[in-house]
Amino acid sequence: MSKSLKLYGGTLLGTAAVLTLAVNFADRNIATFPENPHRVSALATPAPEPAAAGVLVGAATAATADADARLGLGRAALPEEVAAWNMDVSPDGTGLPDGSGDVATGESVFEENCAVCHGSFAEGVDNWPKLAGGDGTLADDDPLKTVGSYWPHLSTVWDYVHRSMPFGNAQTLTPDDVYAITAYILYSNDLVDDEFVLSKDNFASFEMPNAGGFIVDDRAETEYPQWRTEPCMENCKESVEITMRATVLDVTPDHGGDDAAAAAEEAAAPAPEAAAEVAAAPEAAPAEAPQEAVEVAAAGEVDAALAAEGEKVFRKCKACHQVGDGATNRTGPLLNGIVGREIGAVDGFKYSSTLEGMSGVWDSDALHGFLANPRGYAKGTKMAFAGLKKPEDIDAVVEYLKTFP
Amino acid sequence: MTTDKTGPSASRRQFLTGAAAIGAGTVAATVARAAEPDPLITEVQSWASSFGDGVDATPYGLPIKFEDDVIRRNVEWLTADTISSINFTPIHALDGTITPAGCAFERHHSGAIELSKDDYRLMINGLVETPMVFTYADLERFPRENHVYFLECAANTGMEWAGAQLNGAQFTHGMIHNMEYSGIPVRTLLNEAGWSGEVEGKWLYVEGADASSNGRSIPLEKALDDCLVAIKANGEALRKEHGYPARLVVPGWEGNMWVKWIRRMEIMDGPVESREETSKYTDTLADGTSRKWTWVMDAKSVVTSPSPQAPITHGHGPVVITGMAWTGHGKITRVDVSKDGGKTWETARLAADSGDKALVRFYLDTEWNGEEWFLQSRAMDETGYVQPTKAQLREVRGLNSIYHNNCIQTWWVKPNGEAENVEVS
Repeated sequence: MSKSLKLYGGTLLGTAAVLTLAVNFADRNIATFPENPHRVSALATPAPEPAAAGVLVGAATAATADADARLGLGRAALPEEVAAWNMDVSPDGTGLPDGSGDVATGESVFEENCAVCHGSFAEGVDNWPKLAGGDGTLADDDPLKTVGSYWPHLSTVWDYVHRSMPFGNAQTLTPDDVYAITAYILYSNDLVDDEFVLSKDNFASFEMPNAGGFIVDDRAETEYPQWRTEPCMENCKESVEITMRATVLDVTPDHGGDDAAAAAEEAAAPAPEAAAEVAAAPEAAPAEAPQEAVEVAAAGEVDAALAAEGEKVFRKCKACHQVGDGATNRTGPLLNGIVGREIGAVDGFKYSSTLEGMSGVWDSDALHGFLANPRGYAKGTKMAFAGLKKPEDIDAVVEYLKTFP
Repeated sequence: MTTDKTGPSASRRQFLTGAAAIGAGTVAATVARAAEPDPLITEVQSWASSFGDGVDATPYGLPIKFEDDVIRRNVEWLTADTISSINFTPIHALDGTITPAGCAFERHHSGAIELSKDDYRLMINGLVETPMVFTYADLERFPRENHVYFLECAANTGMEWAGAQLNGAQFTHGMIHNMEYSGIPVRTLLNEAGWSGEVEGKWLYVEGADASSNGRSIPLEKALDDCLVAIKANGEALRKEHGYPARLVVPGWEGNMWVKWIRRMEIMDGPVESREETSKYTDTLADGTSRKWTWVMDAKSVVTSPSPQAPITHGHGPVVITGMAWTGHGKITRVDVSKDGGKTWETARLAADSGDKALVRFYLDTEWNGEEWFLQSRAMDETGYVQPTKAQLREVRGLNSIYHNNCIQTWWVKPNGEAENVEVS
């Protein structure tokens, strides 16, 4: 879901560009208390019983009553009540319940609860928030702010997922589920490996990439001094020229009905929404792997240990790609015999025009290029996968794929 | 009012299709003479002869049907759906300063929930002597105060950072409303739970009862200073969409902190760094670093009429330029208006002295004779702060700040009376 507004801005060229725009414990509430609490000084009894309320109200209605006087209203919260509502988790992990979760569990929990909006790889569907990617883009014209690229504290992820997600079904996940989802989101951002297990114990030691990327509001130093001046009233500038017009973009809704829909279409058009491509990819009918390709692939030797590593890496691919007996085209084409096969050649799979138009075969170089940066290697590909960052992961997954000639 | 189900009313269609008609025959500084007697005067009209509605026709009144285009509007492409979304106050069609609740903008993170007074609970916990629970009935027994405050979303005007984009004051500046709140000072409620008296380094974490559990950390000093738990707005119960039965009021600070359906306040040793105060509501600068804790809404103003949705349709001669100004730093002291894109300025008339952290209405009573205007307004507040240009803001922040865009707005009023959102050099 988008708790976020996606804020659009037009570029100076006049085209619309997307500026893409939480178990807890009573013990944390029983803090050591100063000997002379502030407002208690106004009263003889530190914790008035309801029975004393009448007396207290009388005192407070006196014209000179201490504004800080206690009225004796309300009641003490029970520990169970505080525990039920006080779920917030602080950056140092305070507030975390016992529990743990691993990446693989997280992947399945995520797929079941989160992927409908956030995509199987946390890449985001349509206008819903992207949770992965965007590394190093914060200073770009169009920064991609995700958990990995932007969020300064891991506690925020845990806290938010626990209290506010899934959208429309909030506060239904168990602590272990939340640990697992958090671990998977980290994995989706290439911040942990697939063996990673997140728990209350190792939580606080995890530092987010952009932890140091924030400064406290400095407007009082950087802005106010220069804008607290006597304003110009006459001859303030030489000339005035229009540099940009809103009607050029034409993204303004009228009554929020038909016109807005049209505007939305227009505004969304320039946005490279990979997720939409995934949605558009048809689940094609099963197809036989071409025989010739099988023969080519079978020619290579296979490193069994490396292939075993690759099987783990392939978990990232499994949501869309099948291998082995009975494999069929799914969101992505079946991958039996992919190594050495001609690019874009699986029968019955509707490729992007990009892959359709590419010549050559999926040899090691091509696979490395494509898997490292799918949309960079094959601009326009339907594959909404951010890519494998580590070359050794690509080596491994290619080796694994070789075992399916 | 019944909302418009039959299609856009003619008046709104007109300006959007570029057919804003200039009334004929009116000439400045002369008394117009009618060629024919006006039948609205010479003939007995139905309303002058037969009955109107009796009392009780509408037990709770809504605006008359002729005003059915004065409504909140959504920009659908901004968000993935309407459950977690925002709409905009029709500021172009309003006057004065108080925003009627029925058209005051909405921002929900998990939809507007129905929470009855009977089911309402407010918990105070954390660094207090006695964690407490209050019912709504309890809240009504605390001494309360009345204050008028503006609430502006930090993202108001956020779509305009990179350039003029949305063609209407409602859309560029409509994430704002201004209401009179009746509420209990947060200080009073915290006192009831017993707090240490230690303010420095302490925070108040506040959260709502809805499924988004929107939570924000507020320095305890601010919470004690002027924050309220409001139970009424504009004299009546809060509307569902504004947090019925109780919401937080954080005067002068960004709207996201005004937690609706407030269910819990916790005194803490540090900020929670929740989603809404880290991943959102932080302002990214050109070098990729981001400002956090940018709570205060700086001085800002906008001309609401004429504006793209409120073109000049009455012909040449007297015209009222009007708009509104506000500052999170206290009071607005002056508003200047420019008709020539900022070359020259004249000081507008404030309809009343500015309240503290409240909207003020300004007017410039002037003449228009079909000349092209580049209308701007520029607010100044009691700290001496002058509302900046977009260029000034960009110079400091770049283009990706998203939030806190308080730049001077330009409306290009054309010879036919239409107005358009533009940027000028």
